[in-house]
Amino acid sequence: MAIRDRLSGNEAIATAMRQINPDVMGAFPITPSTEIPQYFSGYIANGKVDTVFVPVESEHGAMSTCIGASAAGARAVTATSSAGLAFMWELLYVAASMRLPITMAVVNRALTGPININCDHSDSMGARDSGWLQIYAETNQEAYDNFIQGVLISEECRLPIMICQDGFITSHGVSNIELIEDEKVKEFVGEYEPENYLLNAENPLAVGPYGISPYYMEVKRKQAQAMKDSMPVIMDVAKKFYDMTGRKYGFFEEYKMDDAEVAIVVIGSSAGTGKEAVDRLRAEGQKVGLIKLRVFRPFPRIPLAEAMCKVKAVAVMDRAESFSNSGGPLFNECRSSLYDLDNKPYCINYIYGLGGRDIQVEDFYEIYKDLFVIYENDDPGDVYRYMGVRDSRFL
Amino acid sequence: MKRDGVEIRWHGRGGQGAKTACLLLADVAFNSGKYVQGFPEYGPERMGAPITAYNRIMDRPCNVHSNIYFPDYVAVVDETLLKTVDVTSGIKEGGALVVNTSKSPDEIRKMLPEDYKESVYCIDAQKVSMETIGKNFPNTPMLAAVVKVSRVIDEQQFIHDMRESFEHKFATKPQVIEGNMKALQVAMKEIVAG
Repeated sequence: MAIRDRLSGNEAIATAMRQINPDVMGAFPITPSTEIPQYFSGYIANGKVDTVFVPVESEHGAMSTCIGASAAGARAVTATSSAGLAFMWELLYVAASMRLPITMAVVNRALTGPININCDHSDSMGARDSGWLQIYAETNQEAYDNFIQGVLISEECRLPIMICQDGFITSHGVSNIELIEDEKVKEFVGEYEPENYLLNAENPLAVGPYGISPYYMEVKRKQAQAMKDSMPVIMDVAKKFYDMTGRKYGFFEEYKMDDAEVAIVVIGSSAGTGKEAVDRLRAEGQKVGLIKLRVFRPFPRIPLAEAMCKVKAVAVMDRAESFSNSGGPLFNECRSSLYDLDNKPYCINYIYGLGGRDIQVEDFYEIYKDLFVIYENDDPGDVYRYMGVRDSRFL
Repeated sequence: MKRDGVEIRWHGRGGQGAKTACLLLADVAFNSGKYVQGFPEYGPERMGAPITAYNRIMDRPCNVHSNIYFPDYVAVVDETLLKTVDVTSGIKEGGALVVNTSKSPDEIRKMLPEDYKESVYCIDAQKVSMETIGKNFPNTPMLAAVVKVSRVIDEQQFIHDMRESFEHKFATKPQVIEGNMKALQVAMKEIVAG
């Protein structure tokens, strides 16, 4: 029997970590992920886990700790946000290229400039090319479920993984959750048994050596292959998780897409608000749908493009700017994935929710309305748009 | 928002416990079998700055993750906010404002926008807290006042659940439990409608 509880997203992640009981956690506090190491260090102090907790001097140190621990053969976890993730940047690439399965909770928060503590996806979207797997959550439940699955996915693929959730919105929002029994989680994640590791005296090895030109590119090609090979692993782990909990996960969730004429593609907690808009518009007879992307790395190019092709016009929502003057990161990958397909929909972009700017059900009405106009006029207009900017002079 | 639940907005200042009261309300509603959300909205993090917190309490899972602009009820933990924050903004027809104050509902109403026509409830949460807990923790009496006004939970069930909650929360200082329980009961009696 699942355990009915109510937790914030941060409590949910800390609970998952307690149940996983990793070998090492390196951590440095930063809003809004601070509560994760805070709760977790309480579990350590109370003897609930036997994890080695390394309270380092910075996020650079936290990721270095995880890299060292993981290379040594340990199961390592950490948590961070925003500037903390930015400070790990150099090490993110090191972890990925050393093929170390580190599981990191990312509580999404805007990057500074101007300083802001609230949610957007600029931190993890900025790290999208670092070679880490990335999974995003709509709710506290999904953050918890994703973290437990993430450990297995990461270890099976030998790639580090970011388990992302929206800062404050889900990290500090308390709501209902179904927890899995401790022993079931323990059995699900099993013992981490790496093939090669530094503390294995039988088989000494060097990790992280200089990659001279004759070898560097092969390392990168192998990372790319690992990313490709992670696709079936993510689905296998989701199946195993479904068998345990009855909760179904994939690369993305299609919400009322079967007969939809227009759709929105969105990541994170806003998908829930969008679903409410879908329900209400459907009650008025409007055929609208929504796709919530769960896995951004690897990008599920082919199945996602097929799902988008069910409709005539798609709005892709980015909670991050990329200042390319041609749309946000999710938009560009979604739009590019449609290129080879016949009968592809119009595909437009909305940048929204930066620095915690709220998005409401009514905002989704506006977007669906715009999509119907595009569909009816057979003209996409300007594909690079903003939603929710207060002053119309900035449009 | 469909009218299949109750939406509540809390106004307070950092450090006063508005967020705690919001999370406690989510707790007790959860215990009575509801689907709940309790979440704060932070500006700059500092003591004394205005903060807002929100509750959705529903009979079905709640997908919406936006702030609440059209609440059924609004709780104001710090009366001085009436001067700087439009606390009545968006209150639905049939809704109510609950203010921590020693003033009367008529006096408070004079401080509100003229077009505000819904109910005003006053509770001197500071006085109740001083008399029962011995310190100024307005969030406990405010929580009771909001439960009384919003009727999101049966009062008896609420009192019963809060005892359990306090026993858990104050496990290391059980001497404060009775004072907090008394604060809830006194607040429910002393709240004034207007």
